[in-house]
Amino acid sequence: METVSFDLATTPVRALNAELHDPAVKSYEVLHPDGAHAVAAGIDTGIAVEIRGHVGYYCAGMNDGGSVTVHGNAATGLAENMMSGTVRITGDASQSAGATAHGGLLVIEGSASMRCGISMKGVDIVVGGSVGPMSAFMAQAGRMVVCGDAGDGLGDSIYEARLYVRGRVGELGADCVEKELRDEHRAELAELLAAAGLDHDPAEFRRYGSARRLYHFQSEQAEAY
Amino acid sequence: MPRESATFGRDVIAEIQRAAETGVYDIRGWGAKRAVPHFDDLLFLGASMSRYPLEGYRERCDTDVVLGGRNARYPLHLQTPVTIAGMSFGALSAQAKEALGRGASEVGTSTTTGDGGMTPEERGESKHLVYQYLPSRYGMNPTDLRKADAIEVVLGQGAKPGGGGMLLGQKISDRVAGMRTLPAGIDQRSACRHPDWTGPDDLAIKILELREITDWEKPVYVKVGATRTYYDVKLAVAAGADVVVVDGMQGGTAATQDVFIEHVGIPTLAAIPQAALALQELGLHRHGVQLIVSGGIRSGADVAKAMALGADAVAIGTAALIALGDNSPRYAAEYEALGSAAGSYDDFQDGRDPAGITTQDPELAARLDPVEGGRRLANYLRVLTMEAQTIARACGKAHLRHLEPDDLVALTVEAAAMARVPLAGTNWIPGTGDAAQRSSTRGGAEHA
Repeated sequence: METVSFDLATTPVRALNAELHDPAVKSYEVLHPDGAHAVAAGIDTGIAVEIRGHVGYYCAGMNDGGSVTVHGNAATGLAENMMSGTVRITGDASQSAGATAHGGLLVIEGSASMRCGISMKGVDIVVGGSVGPMSAFMAQAGRMVVCGDAGDGLGDSIYEARLYVRGRVGELGADCVEKELRDEHRAELAELLAAAGLDHDPAEFRRYGSARRLYHFQSEQAEAY
Repeated sequence: MPRESATFGRDVIAEIQRAAETGVYDIRGWGAKRAVPHFDDLLFLGASMSRYPLEGYRERCDTDVVLGGRNARYPLHLQTPVTIAGMSFGALSAQAKEALGRGASEVGTSTTTGDGGMTPEERGESKHLVYQYLPSRYGMNPTDLRKADAIEVVLGQGAKPGGGGMLLGQKISDRVAGMRTLPAGIDQRSACRHPDWTGPDDLAIKILELREITDWEKPVYVKVGATRTYYDVKLAVAAGADVVVVDGMQGGTAATQDVFIEHVGIPTLAAIPQAALALQELGLHRHGVQLIVSGGIRSGADVAKAMALGADAVAIGTAALIALGDNSPRYAAEYEALGSAAGSYDDFQDGRDPAGITTQDPELAARLDPVEGGRRLANYLRVLTMEAQTIARACGKAHLRHLEPDDLVALTVEAAAMARVPLAGTNWIPGTGDAAQRSSTRGGAEHA
C-alpha cells in the first residue's frame, strides 16, 4: 500500500489536513510534528495515519473513521469528539483525552492526565497506565478501562458510561459508585483489553458507574451539587 | 391603611413562601424581567438644519451585512442585520425550529442551532445556519459542523453568564434524548465550561482546530454573556473570533434559576459601548471583526439604537418566539389554567406551552404550523428592518451601519452613562470626565 509522507518541518498543518480530508491514498505518515496543534483533525474516511513524534492540542480531533497512531505524547484534547475509528498513542496524553467522543476506540498506552473521557458520549477508552483527577466527569455513555490508578473525582456526575479500573481509585466523584462486576462486564472488558492489545485479567478490575441519584434535581441533594 | 413593605413586597413574600414550601429554587424561561436602563432610554436626533435627511421610501438605505470575512473563505452575506439567536431543539419543538429557519430564510438572514445539535428540519429550511459549539457538545459532530454556514463558540449567554444549562426531564422526549446521548426523562445538565479548553490561549487553539476541521471555510463567532464585556471582547478577538456576539442580561433562556436571570450580568445598553470600544482600540470595528448584539431587541428602533452604539447586527430570540405566537391572547384560558397569563408566561422549562413552541409534547407542538410561523416571523423581521431604515434615513444615513453614537441622546443619567451618549439637552456624558470636549451637536446646549 502506498504511503504518502508529510514532513511538518517544511509543510504546514493546514496542507496536511486538507490532504487528509480529500485523501489520494489510504496511508499517510507524518514526520516532525514537534507539538503542532490539530494534527490529523477532521478525518472522515478510513485512512491510516502514523504520526512520528509528539503532538500538540486536539490531535485527531473529531476523527470519523480514521486509524491514527501517535508515536509520542499528546497535549490536551487528543481525539476529542471522535465519532468512529481508532486513535492510539504510544506515550502519555494530557488533559481531556477523548473528551465528548461519541464512538470509536481511543487507546492510550501510557497514562492520561485530568479529565480523561470528560463528557464521553459512547467512545471506548483504554488507558494502559493511570488517569488523573476528574476523569469521566459527566460521562454520558461508552466505556473507560484504566489499567493503572484513577485520581480523585472519578465519574463525577456520571450518567450511563461504564468505568473499569484495575488499580487504586481516589475519592469517587458525586453520584459515582462501585458496582458489581458480573460476567457480561468481564466479557466486554476482555474484548476491550484485546482490542487495545493488553492482556490483563478482567477479574483484576473493579467496575464503577452512576448511582442515578442526581437524575432529577432535588434540593435535599444540594450537598452533592 | 395597612402598609406594605417596600423591601418585603407581595412578590417577595410569595417567593419566600414558595421556596419554603417546595425546597427548590425557581426555574423559569424568558430573560430578566426587572426594569433596567434600556433602548427606551435613548432617542435619536433626526436631521434638521445641521444634518441632511434621506427621502423616506425614495432614497436607498441599505441593510445588508457581511459577517466573518476576517478568516473564513465563505463569510455570511445577510440581507438584514436582524438575525435569529441560538435556541435549541429540546428547548423548542422541531416545528418551532423549522419555523425560525423558514422566516429567517425568507428575508435573507441567519438562524442558529442551540444546545442539542442540528435537526434536519432547521438545516433544511435555513439558508444561513449558525451551528453552536457549546460546553455540553450535545449532538456535536463533524458532519453537521461541515453543513453549517458558521460556527458559534458559546462561552455564555446574557441570561446566565457563568452558568451552564439545564433541560428538565419533562421535555426530554426520545428524540431529544437520542440527539443528546442521554436517557429519556431525566434532567439534563449542561456544563458551564468547555471540557477541553480553559482560557483565551486555549480557545485560540480550539478555534484553530475548528477551522482545520472545516478547511477554513466557516466564520467562527464567539458568544459571551455581557459582564466584563470590554475585556471579553478583546480576548475573544485575540483568540481568533471573526464575529463577537454579546448577549445582554435581557437575553432569554429556556430554563434558568430566576435568581441567576435577574442578578447576574449587565444590561445590553451597558455592554454595547464596551464591546465597540474594545473593537475600536483593536482597529477592527466596522471592518475586520463584526459585533452582534442581543438581549431585549423588540423593534426597529432597538435595532437602530444597537447599531448606532456600535453593533454590526443584532440577534433576537424572545421577540422571535413572540412573533411565532408565544404568549398569544388566543391561549389566554390555557395560560391561566397553568397559573400564568398571556403576556406573563415564562415556564418554558415546563414543556406545557399552550402555543406549542417551548414543548416536546406532540399534541401541543402540532399547534404551530411551521409554514405559518415562518410567514409571521418573516413579516416581523421585515417590519424591524423597515423601522430601522426609517430612523436611519431620518438621521441622513444611506446604510444602517452608518448610524453612530452621535445620532443618540439619553433620557436618563443612568442610560447616558451606560450608553456613553449625552443626556438629552446637554453635552454631559456621566462617567467619561470629558464633558467639555464633547460636541454640542449632539443636541446639547452650547455651553451646558
